[in-house]
Amino acid sequence: MFNVIFLTYNYMKILICIGHVPDTTSKIKFIENDTVFNKTDIQYIVGPHEEFALTRLLDLRDAGNNLKITTVTVGNRESENTIRKALAMGADDAIRVDAEPTDAFFVANQIAEVFKKGDFDLILTGKESIDYNGGQVAGMVAELLDLPSINSASFFNLQGDKMLIERESDLGKEVIEGVKPMVISSGKGFAIEPRIPNMRGIMMARKKDLQVVQPSNNEVYTDAQKYYLPQPKGKCKLIPTENAEDLVRLLHEEAKII
Amino acid sequence: MAVLAYTENWNGEFKKLSLELVSYAYAIAEKIGTQVVCLTVGNVTDEKLLELSKFGASKVIVANGEGLQSFTNQSYTKLIAEVATGQNAQVVVFANNASGESLAPRVSVRLRAGLAPNVVEVPSSVEPFVVRKKAFSGKAFVDFKINSAIKVLTLTQNAFKIIENPKDCSIEKHNFDASPADLAVAPKQLIKSDGKMSISDAEILISAGRGLKGPENWGMVEEMAQILGAGTCCSRPVADLGWRPHHEHVGQTGKVVAPNLYIAIGISGAIQHLAGVNGSKVLVAINKDTEAPFFESADYGIVGDAFDIVPRLNAAFKKFKITQ
Repeated sequence: MFNVIFLTYNYMKILICIGHVPDTTSKIKFIENDTVFNKTDIQYIVGPHEEFALTRLLDLRDAGNNLKITTVTVGNRESENTIRKALAMGADDAIRVDAEPTDAFFVANQIAEVFKKGDFDLILTGKESIDYNGGQVAGMVAELLDLPSINSASFFNLQGDKMLIERESDLGKEVIEGVKPMVISSGKGFAIEPRIPNMRGIMMARKKDLQVVQPSNNEVYTDAQKYYLPQPKGKCKLIPTENAEDLVRLLHEEAKII
Repeated sequence: MAVLAYTENWNGEFKKLSLELVSYAYAIAEKIGTQVVCLTVGNVTDEKLLELSKFGASKVIVANGEGLQSFTNQSYTKLIAEVATGQNAQVVVFANNASGESLAPRVSVRLRAGLAPNVVEVPSSVEPFVVRKKAFSGKAFVDFKINSAIKVLTLTQNAFKIIENPKDCSIEKHNFDASPADLAVAPKQLIKSDGKMSISDAEILISAGRGLKGPENWGMVEEMAQILGAGTCCSRPVADLGWRPHHEHVGQTGKVVAPNLYIAIGISGAIQHLAGVNGSKVLVAINKDTEAPFFESADYGIVGDAFDIVPRLNAAFKKFKITQ
């Protein structure tokens, strides 16, 4: 028989969290007395922040960096379409933790467990998942693993063995040199145009390894009780074009905002 | 027992969001029958520290020590968790700005506490602890129950009014030395921003979209911002086209803002854009298309060509400002 020897030296192993989230154009609705998100007619996509993060990694790989990119998603079976999309974009393989991702601490625990088994150099997440979790997972994973973390990085580059990161803070732009392993959440500016899978990518994605693992720690601290949609605004007061200047008076006297 | 507020300072000064946070912490403290302790890091004069007592702080802890000059998530997390434990804090609150968003998740794990990010109201009940927060990037809200003994919250900016509640207040110095391991990813360099108003701090935002036809036409937008002391921002297509810098992009995948006044010029009002601005107190839409969806969400609308309306408004705003 043939012996296949994999040479794995010099590979940077990256675990990227891919969210399976409602399309950004979705109208959000709830059912069962406003306690459950209504998934009917909702298109699911790779989270837009994660899509940018993955795009940046693929660009860096195309530029000659040796990267092994593994995606991790906490989601039920339906999320596999989204995971295949990430594989079609160019990720190497995928892990799905078979559970509903409703609590951020639960999700963070699952990702931390996957990290521990995989000898990764970097965990990358999007700035926030655009459904339930609102930007908590990266920091939680980092603290669970006692790793350094950078939130909302606006730039990421590899130079040889070095990771260069930038982050916008209230005072300006911070320039940071990364260490391995660490956790980075990507923010605005990480990549500009998301990569669109090509036909070859889509064909190859079907054969790529998508491993399903069971959740390991079910500790949960929070509980979403009831959802609300924002109060619809009162009717918009239309100001006739010829009286546009009247806006100033209305903002001052009626809205009392200037 | 206490409610601990992490009140960040900027070169020794507190901002509006710090005062909102203290006011919010006080409202919770009253509800659970305890007091507010504030924590801040660095060199702040006693006079500035006592400013926090006007809004309900009974104690202000100011931390200094090796390594705290540079911000890292790890060192600040350990400091805040240490102080929270020392003060026996039941609730720890952060503003949802850059540092609060970075620290709150880490601190919550360290304290084994449930986290509610982007809360918009005082908890409706404290036993059980239920608080309303944003969900689906601002497209919805949810009543969130936290089951752990300690609770960590981040407060949405501009969601809670600053309320005066003067208290007798003590100042306590706290020494904390960060370990070298916790400084591993400390910034090597800070490139200072251009001094323009940051979008998250602005109380008035003037935003423009593709209706402006090209980057060369932003002069009148900047002028309006200057007259009103406002910040400028833009819609996603405008940032993607490179007409404006990416940090000005406001919307679901850009910055989420909640100023007192948001004036949208030539922005149609796609659902993703509205998700990023619907926390604003007053929304004004200027668009030549009567059917623009923005008019459904705006408080005031002017149907008309931006190139006609905006210069006229600028003149009117200028006149108004002179009479003030």
